[in-house]
Amino acid sequence: MTAFSSESPDQHPRDEANWAPPVSRLKVGDVPMGAMNLNVDGREVVGPLQGFGQLWQKTYRVSLSGAQSTPQEVVHYWKEHLPDLMPDNSRFYPSLSGVRPGEVVLINATLPGIPGGVPVSTGVMVLYADDEMFTVMTPAGHPESGFNTFSAYEDGGETVAQIQSLARANDPIYEFGFRFMGGSSQQERIWHSVLLALASNFGVNGQVQVQKTCVDARLQWSHTGNIWQNALVRTVINTPVRVFNKVTKR
Amino acid sequence: MNQTTVSMNVRLVTAETGIIDIQGEITAAAENILMDAYSEATKAGTQNIVLNFNDLEYMNSSGIGLLVTLLIRTQRQKQHLFACGLSSHYQQIFELTRLNEAILIYPDEQAALAAVKK
Repeated sequence: MTAFSSESPDQHPRDEANWAPPVSRLKVGDVPMGAMNLNVDGREVVGPLQGFGQLWQKTYRVSLSGAQSTPQEVVHYWKEHLPDLMPDNSRFYPSLSGVRPGEVVLINATLPGIPGGVPVSTGVMVLYADDEMFTVMTPAGHPESGFNTFSAYEDGGETVAQIQSLARANDPIYEFGFRFMGGSSQQERIWHSVLLALASNFGVNGQVQVQKTCVDARLQWSHTGNIWQNALVRTVINTPVRVFNKVTKR
Repeated sequence: MNQTTVSMNVRLVTAETGIIDIQGEITAAAENILMDAYSEATKAGTQNIVLNFNDLEYMNSSGIGLLVTLLIRTQRQKQHLFACGLSSHYQQIFELTRLNEAILIYPDEQAALAAVKK
């Protein structure tokens, strides 16, 4: 028998309630003002194992040097101001309950592909949340299949804010978009922008460091059928229907 | 300040099967120790890895992420990953995160070893 052990400062609040309750399909409750609720209600959640494309772990970090704020304070602010920190091409709409385990955050975004971008309405479920981190999990049809974790921790007397994604493209259309249509670099710009906005709120002119690892280079061809739930395609198809409904309601 | 401790014991029960007993907390801080334990469990060419969660105290979402990366490593090596001893809460978390679709879950070590032999 071989033993391995390690000790680290007690950092993690331990509470089963930090996890989302069991759910088979997402249920959107209140829809925040201005948000479009499409491609989320009734969808299954999907993790890093259910998507189609290569599995990537991407870590974005910014050091809040000189900010004098604890990781808990940073994450508290992050949860409270999540929509304010997002750029215009990726709007987040948490439910009225906020960033809490099990809650749905609606997302109205624009993806690259044509001039002006292609609209996509989707969302994520808050899988886990404690005082130092929160993780969201994606629904079927979302561009990615996996987790995004937003956290803060102390390193050498400084607080570091971090976004880590462990995800793969949900279907072949998204995989093509991430690889060849600028989707991947847009995603990186979004998380850069979020971290810089967060740092700025703590009075720090930060610099974002990025680490990218391809965890699984294989394509999961058995998940090609995910394409039928593609939120981008469904949003585009739904657009004339919404316009028609708006006009006929006047 | 309190200390959180994670420890992992590796037992080779047969030439093909290794068990990793996990005690403590699986968080991002457990990455190196989990991967070291996995390397130890597989260095003799082991094909089946059983993660024994009987003494798991806590796991956060980063811990689930670690299990995903471990699973991918085992799949690349054409190994099989099993889990046993999960509390009902963490069984639910495996179902919620859909890890249960790739890691076979058994109530205890005996049941997992019986499944390995099949």
